[in-house]
Amino acid sequence: MAEERIPVLETRKLGITFGGLVAVSDFNIKVFRGELVGLIGPNGAGKTTVFNMLTGVYKPTEGSVLLEGEVLNGKKTHQFVAAGIARTFQNIRLFKQMTVLENVLAAFTKDIKYGMIETLFRTPKFWKTEKELKEKALDLLSIFHLEDKAEYVAANLPYGQQRKLEIARALATDMKLLLLDEPAAGMNPTETTELLECINAIRNRFGIAILLIEHDMSLVMNICERIQVIDYGITIAEGLPEEIAKNPKVIAAYLGQ
Amino acid sequence: MIKNRTAQGYLLNTVVIAVLLIGFAFFKGALGGGGEFKLIIVPSIWQCCYLIILAASLNLSLGFLGQLSLGHCGFMAVGAYAAALLSLAAERAGVFEDKSGTAFLLVLAGCIIAAGILAAIVGLLVGIPALRLKGDYLAIITLGFGMIIVNIINNLPFAGQEGLALGSASASLYKNGLGFGTALKVTYIWVAIAVTLVCLVMMFMFVRSKYGRAIRAIRDDEIAASASGINTSYYKTFTFAYSAFFAGVAGALYACANATLSTSSFAFANGGILNSTFVVVMVVLGGMGSLTGSIVAAVIMFLVNYQIKNGVWVQHLPAWLQNIFSFPMLVYAVILIIVIMFRPKGIFGSYELSLRNFFSDIKLQRQNRLAQKLESKEALRNG
Repeated sequence: MAEERIPVLETRKLGITFGGLVAVSDFNIKVFRGELVGLIGPNGAGKTTVFNMLTGVYKPTEGSVLLEGEVLNGKKTHQFVAAGIARTFQNIRLFKQMTVLENVLAAFTKDIKYGMIETLFRTPKFWKTEKELKEKALDLLSIFHLEDKAEYVAANLPYGQQRKLEIARALATDMKLLLLDEPAAGMNPTETTELLECINAIRNRFGIAILLIEHDMSLVMNICERIQVIDYGITIAEGLPEEIAKNPKVIAAYLGQ
Repeated sequence: MIKNRTAQGYLLNTVVIAVLLIGFAFFKGALGGGGEFKLIIVPSIWQCCYLIILAASLNLSLGFLGQLSLGHCGFMAVGAYAAALLSLAAERAGVFEDKSGTAFLLVLAGCIIAAGILAAIVGLLVGIPALRLKGDYLAIITLGFGMIIVNIINNLPFAGQEGLALGSASASLYKNGLGFGTALKVTYIWVAIAVTLVCLVMMFMFVRSKYGRAIRAIRDDEIAASASGINTSYYKTFTFAYSAFFAGVAGALYACANATLSTSSFAFANGGILNSTFVVVMVVLGGMGSLTGSIVAAVIMFLVNYQIKNGVWVQHLPAWLQNIFSFPMLVYAVILIIVIMFRPKGIFGSYELSLRNFFSDIKLQRQNRLAQKLESKEALRNG
């Protein structure tokens, strides 16, 4: 039980300023293994900025990001991914001209052990790795019911499936923490329900921690175990979904006073 | 749907290449090494070989990595001069007395490999600072680097204007160094073909591996690529150097095929077939992201260039049309405009011509197009 108490993700007084503008300040969050935490807030509250700091796209001007107790400050994005933080994007960013299968395979790149010599001479090691990866990728796609579309060009998939593919690609990086940036944006209710099932399925299967930004309140209230609310870069409330729904500060932030 | 048919594919490719080579041997036998074969066909094949390597190697950085480099001929110049100088040094050291000996072949192979490696090193040195930039800025800075490289070579005491291009040095390149006379071009035509094949295989292997996937991911979306754990700056620099390597090899073949070397033939403002923009045109014409497309486009551009300058039929054209043909750049521009109007993605797009799954590819493409249509219809209905 002792190591259970080390949070997968912890931030300490995380903050960033752009010029003189304070975008996020004093942001503290703890996400434990297997947990699903929601991060909500009105438009422009700084949610995506927080995600960008958690993935190394922005360098925080103060505070630190810790993944399982290891400080990640000052590293590059791909090093954050290697440490175990994967993300999806608010506006879908797939490798559009590549096939569905290649999208997932590209995310395996950092774990592939063969080098240039194996590539040029096509050694048995090369074939073995490629075959294993293909199976692994198809296995991952089957969670999202995409395995029969493996040879499709990613740009040709319907919107809902592109979202799912993006999550599948994030899962392929073998991470400990998954950051989902508005996964249900632009989806109809049926697609949202499907997505909910998928998120639950991957949580049960991989036992990872998930941090989620979402505007769809029914989704957030349904699946999140804890919720943190930020407004103008400042945390205004955190707690269980029921508490948040009743919190006067949160209501004021969303609806005005 | 996904089957491992690679072994079958290799077998098919090997058979086709063998058949082509045997056919060529017959062709050679039939013409008997006569005047036309010796003076026209063989030099043409030499030129095609280095153009193919050049176009395909630029496609690695332009089509697969998505970084527009306008200084590719600079790397070619590095390769050409490295090979020529090395072979001259070997000659002066008296390594090869007779041209058909194994020593000569070894020196030749050494020159080609050394040319590639030197060009790759220069590519690495250029790539590390240049690849921090994107798009137009990268194009401008690579253009600048290409010119700088050519100018440096031009001013080297042992190479440039007073080295290999003029006077006795050029004669020694022709007689003793890599500069092959017609007889040697015929004898060593297989070297050009073999080097081209090896280079193409190396590029195909590169593209169809984790490297190829990573660089295409970077081309499609650099932010998403780094968020998927791909070390973008490493793969970009590596690919840039890798493509410079092949440009260097192409340069070595160029040095073989020509009796003299002159930096002006690699210069940016050069109106001939060998300037960096012309290579870019070849890649765009063939399709960015298709190595087979680059091969086809290089041959097409060579033929167009050759026909405009030497075609018999040109003399039968009306005078005003002939006048246009005396400005070949105009003709290339028209060809490029026509291609861009009717096939904006180039002749092949990102499709690789493959004998093995030609028919299944057509079927898949139709499926994809259908899916795209359905999707846009659905989007219309929803929006």
